Amino acid sequence: MSLVFAAIMSHGPGMTARADRADPAVRDPFFATLERLRSKLEDSRPDALIVIAAEHFANFFMNNMPAYCIGMAQDYEGPIEDPEWLRIPRRTIPGNPDLSRRIVGRVMERVDVAYAEEWKFDHGIMVPLNFLTPRFDLPVIPVNINCQGPPLTPLDRAYQFGIALGEACDSVPERVAIVGTGGISHWPATPNSGKINEAWDREFLARWLRNDRSALTAYTDEETLRDAGQGGFEIRTLISVAGASEGRTGELWFCEPIPIFATSGFVGVMDVGPDETAKAA
Amino acid sequence: MSLYALQKLLYELNRDSAVQAAFAADRETVIARYRLSDEEAEAMRCDDIGKLYILGVNGQILMHFAAWRGLAWDEYIQAMKDALAQHGQVRGGIYAAVDGGKGGAL
Repeated sequence: MSLVFAAIMSHGPGMTARADRADPAVRDPFFATLERLRSKLEDSRPDALIVIAAEHFANFFMNNMPAYCIGMAQDYEGPIEDPEWLRIPRRTIPGNPDLSRRIVGRVMERVDVAYAEEWKFDHGIMVPLNFLTPRFDLPVIPVNINCQGPPLTPLDRAYQFGIALGEACDSVPERVAIVGTGGISHWPATPNSGKINEAWDREFLARWLRNDRSALTAYTDEETLRDAGQGGFEIRTLISVAGASEGRTGELWFCEPIPIFATSGFVGVMDVGPDETAKAA
Repeated sequence: MSLYALQKLLYELNRDSAVQAAFAADRETVIARYRLSDEEAEAMRCDDIGKLYILGVNGQILMHFAAWRGLAWDEYIQAMKDALAQHGQVRGGIYAAVDGGKGGAL
């Protein structure tokens, strides 16, 4: 059936590792918004959650780097980082290999993807799960888009991948939710960590909310690096959620710079799902 | 420049406790398995996080190595700032500093 939930959110490790150092005036409403997102996810009664993330050399390296990879494991372990550092205890997260296999098969009709039956989650997935499924009990299907080691997949290709993923979800009987996590502008793990281009973030999100494919994919990598930093390459994950929600538009729930988290804290939600369609009809 | 090999060593250290144990027991032997330049090997020998940053190591790899070597977050950021002052701009990779490495959240 069609997607029951589609959203985007930030995933900076500082959201858990350095939460105590963030300004409560911004942090608390951001975390309250994530709590609201958790409620919406639960209300959508998903059978599985696809997390489209930009991992950071936890599983994939430049010796054999897939542009796109979908997890197909029975379960996943995370975080790969020191749990004391990330402040999320290490645990096992359930997968759904049968559903993964059907989704991978369907996506392959449109886009060449790699699959992985082993996968360790880093903060890119663990931080969102920590807020959205705090009991870590919802089966997860991880998706990675290489946003770290150039050459990187073109932005329009990320949109097309999202379309293929959305169609794959349409083709299965399960209720599938999807969340994209990444950037937006940031210079992570550099001396400039905490630098945020708020105007760039708001413009990107405006394009995302109206699901404007040509505007979302108009950035060159040179422009992104200059205006949004290395971390800006992660917009691919957010663009693919727009692709998966093609034809729908979104609502911005939160966007404020939180320097100690290295990015803007943001939450955007696409208007998807059969319930919403019924209402519109 | 053998940045690929240097990053591979760090990637394997970050994710494999067996490599970490080998590194802790006999650092020279582990370093010798990778085709590093003398400068890269020396930075690995003395946990010179700032120099590794200057040599171009991707921050997403370096920050976890730094944490494993016992640097708190602010110490990690400061090590990169100090190295920029001492050695100048990052020489490779895509993690060069901007604004002269100034700013950021400490």
